[in-house]
Amino acid sequence: MTSLAAILIRDMRIAVRVGGGAMMGVLFFLVVVTLIPFALGPDLALLKRIGPAILWLAALLASLLALDRLFVADHDDGSLDLILMGRAPLEIVVAAKGLAHWLTTGLPLVIAAPLIGLFLNLDAPAAGALVLTLLVGTPALTFIGLIGAAIAVTLRRGGLLLAVLVLPLTVPVLIFGVAAANAAVIGPIPFGTPFTTLCALTLASLVVGPFAAAAALRQEME
Amino acid sequence: MRLSATDLACRRGGRDVFAGVSFSVASGESLTIRGRNGAGKSSLLRMVAGLVRVAGGQLSLEGGDPELTLGEQAHYLGHLDALKPSLSVEENLRFWSAFLGAAASDLSEPLRAVGLDTLSDLPAAYLSAGQRRRLSIARLLTVKRPLWLLDEPTSTLDAAAQARLGEIMKAHLAGGGIILAATHGPLQLDGARELNLDGAAAPRAAMEMSA
Repeated sequence: MTSLAAILIRDMRIAVRVGGGAMMGVLFFLVVVTLIPFALGPDLALLKRIGPAILWLAALLASLLALDRLFVADHDDGSLDLILMGRAPLEIVVAAKGLAHWLTTGLPLVIAAPLIGLFLNLDAPAAGALVLTLLVGTPALTFIGLIGAAIAVTLRRGGLLLAVLVLPLTVPVLIFGVAAANAAVIGPIPFGTPFTTLCALTLASLVVGPFAAAAALRQEME
Repeated sequence: MRLSATDLACRRGGRDVFAGVSFSVASGESLTIRGRNGAGKSSLLRMVAGLVRVAGGQLSLEGGDPELTLGEQAHYLGHLDALKPSLSVEENLRFWSAFLGAAASDLSEPLRAVGLDTLSDLPAAYLSAGQRRRLSIARLLTVKRPLWLLDEPTSTLDAAAQARLGEIMKAHLAGGGIILAATHGPLQLDGARELNLDGAAAPRAAMEMSA
């Protein structure tokens, strides 16, 4: 257990230090969402209708930002060798790294979302529903992203490959996340239906992501 | 405890690096691996660490823990120092000692042994190459592992630090440890046995010859 706590604490510490990239995601999120009303014009009804979709898309792109460095940084400085040699199971180590990544990039997005929702004319119940879908959905984005991050470890320009690999896999999360948020804002389907599907997608990715990523890492180290 | 290798073969990137390498090292003994560049010194160490697949032959540690792999009973000091520049000297070492499962949390002793105790709050980004190497050597002292795999351990170290590393290695051997070291230069070890990989170059495959 100490090994995992050590990984978690180390990764979070690195993320919040200078050059760590924890705030990059939130800033990117903020910039993208702020630009949309300028591009669309002051049509409040339109903004309210597409607001959840915009916030979800921005969250999806923002959570990919720091992901490409997740394993590459450890690979480049030799840490990954020692992690692979360690007694802690690689799957759990990968999960701990994913959790640290989510806590430093995903969770700030969730916290910033209600404030940014104001730019998109979201009222309190809509913002609440949106925060709930992001809270449940962003871990899925991170843990699906782990797989791409592990595959791209030994490749140059892996960041681009990561986006190409990961974005198609996140489509179901995006569909049900936006559907649940929209259901709360404009109806007519009940919020619960897409939301429980979103929960299921997240739970599945929490299990599949670490195993797939660990398998990819082992394969690449040969 | 005895580390034995029989007829080891290594294949990397479709190329045979070495074949037919056998050696045996017992507790308290060290083996220096020598050979020209590309002879497979680092590959051999990584193979023992479990980071490179064994293409042929056998590796075993008699008297080791049967529940653990070879790599899990070994410390590996590679070319890369496995340090994070944004973390301080102490934070870097504390992470590795916790990750590797150290029981004690007192890091002043290992830091003093490598002469970095006065720099413990400095971010690792400001360390020189030799100091970075010394910090990775301190990692070996925080957790006890019987087998040490050292890849060019003296590179970037000055004379004083090399002598210090010699003391550290002697203490490890005196405690019943095993050291495998790949190096070009002299190691400060008395009675170290040598394994030369130059004679173990794998014969080129027939297809490659005709091509």
